[in-house]
Amino acid sequence: MIDSADQETVIVMTGVNKWFDDFHVLKDIDFNVRRGERVVVCGPSGSGKSTLIRCINRLEDHQQGSIVFNGVELGAETKQTASLRAEVGMVFQQFNLFPHLTILENCTLGPMKVRGASRAEANQLAMEYLEKVHIPEQGEKFPSQLSGGQQQRAAIARSLCMRPEVMLFDEPTSSLDPEMIKEVLDVMIELAETGMTMICVTHEMGFARTVADKMIFMDEGRIIEEGPPEEFFANTKNERTKLFLGQILSH
Amino acid sequence: MFTRIPRLTLIDYMIFAAVIAAVAYVGYRVETVLIYTWDWSVIPNYLFRWDEGRGSFVPNLLIKGLATTIRIAIWTMIVASIIGTILGIARTSTRLFPRLVSWAYVEFIRNIPPVPFLFLFYFFIASQIIPLLGIDEAIQSASPETLAVAEFFFGPANLMTNFAAGMISLSMMSAAYIAEIIRAGIQAVPKGQREAGQSIGLSHIQLMRYIVLPQAIARVVPPLAGQFITLIKDSSLVALISIQELSFMAMEIAISEQRFFEVWIVTGGMYFIVCYACALMFAQLERRIGVHRR
Ligand SMILES: Nc1ncnc2c1ncn2[C@@H]1O[C@H](COP(=O)(O)OP(=O)(O)O)[C@@H](O)[C@H]1O
Ligand SMILES: [Mg+2]
Repeated sequence: MIDSADQETVIVMTGVNKWFDDFHVLKDIDFNVRRGERVVVCGPSGSGKSTLIRCINRLEDHQQGSIVFNGVELGAETKQTASLRAEVGMVFQQFNLFPHLTILENCTLGPMKVRGASRAEANQLAMEYLEKVHIPEQGEKFPSQLSGGQQQRAAIARSLCMRPEVMLFDEPTSSLDPEMIKEVLDVMIELAETGMTMICVTHEMGFARTVADKMIFMDEGRIIEEGPPEEFFANTKNERTKLFLGQILSH
Repeated sequence: MFTRIPRLTLIDYMIFAAVIAAVAYVGYRVETVLIYTWDWSVIPNYLFRWDEGRGSFVPNLLIKGLATTIRIAIWTMIVASIIGTILGIARTSTRLFPRLVSWAYVEFIRNIPPVPFLFLFYFFIASQIIPLLGIDEAIQSASPETLAVAEFFFGPANLMTNFAAGMISLSMMSAAYIAEIIRAGIQAVPKGQREAGQSIGLSHIQLMRYIVLPQAIARVVPPLAGQFITLIKDSSLVALISIQELSFMAMEIAISEQRFFEVWIVTGGMYFIVCYACALMFAQLERRIGVHRR
């Protein structure tokens, strides 16, 4: 089943359709992600961006078409779903850190309970990644004691501690104050430089220009434009995309 | 530390005066209307009596009853919390069957007064469940040391099956109320918490155990404390099924000594102390948990 081309392709979505009751939220999605590729997804609010990436780690399921991750077709929730999710990191707009655990415990929970690491191993791993997101000194604090930017970086570290193959970001800077956006984007750029496969839903076009290999524009549940960022920004053919870019680039 | 002294307004003084006047009036009416000679002298002997054989004071009926009340309350809190948590989790299950069963149970208990429930359930438990537990056999075959430990936890050996039946009945009743509290707590945990837990690969059970329940329980400490205090007070109902706890003893003494007011005032005071101590403990716990909540 798996030929050499597939080895390089981590995610293959073919003809994916999804409905929320009778609301058609994803329409005929065809979408591939190669290993090490950095994809930026943008589009107006409500166009289905979150739903698209949530389908990849099964926070949502799809009704038609196929999603293949690392050669395994994703379907209804089974015992394997949890282990699949462990391979796909997810960073949320609202951080979703566990408020009753310290930052260090947030980072060690997955490695210990899912990967079976010892506390010492998990602590070491957590410290390694907290250093990578530049908050090694915050480990003993609780999430509520951190700034928004620090919380989001802690959430990134928590995901990285699972050593995922792919990282999904759902508008990671949208609920941050402007002065904190850069510290999070810098961490994401550093992560991109390590060769991590990333799919980012974001409207930070500066970030997109810097790291994206591929831009995707969604509208009303469809991918209506897909291409390298140079092409995407310079000469998009699509009127909707032009209009959208005009709106978000003007401020 | 700087403590704020509340400022009393005119209204506060008026309310205070009204309360004093009301209490004084009730006291006056009782004195004039009630033809009752107070005699508190019988009470101390029922708390502790002098044991000639041992040459020391030993607990008498009221203190023994209080000990049984405390035992039954603590065991009921433990058992009811376990059953209530399981029912509460079942109430939020995505599967229909567990949801339906726990819903039916909770509604059944909540809509029947405790007295009929305790009577009916007690006879069912005492006749069906208790023999299965094999308590009597265990007591007979136990060494004196084991029996002493068991008596510390469950009260006198000859009353242990009785104690167990009463405790289980009370637990089944409290569990329904605790289930509702736990359900509300679980549902108040934001959806994003589950999703974050899922995204690091936690299984359903791990999600419940490490993410949802700790946050749910932290949120419901105040109503849970209220339920535990209700439970301590409701434990007086098991006197009806002849569990020899504080109210049962008080009833016996009040009748045999014909000293109703003295005995019931002392008994009420004993319940108050236990309940208030429980409330203070929970307030302390709440303060400690509250520190890191958002
Ligand atoms: N759980 C849900 N149930 C019903 N409708 C939903 C649900 N989640 C999202 N939607 C709807 O699906 C559409 C796409 O949502 P989403 O993927 O979050 O868009 P985006 O992330 O692009 O803003 C929106 O119209 C939203 O209201
Ligand atoms: Mg979204």
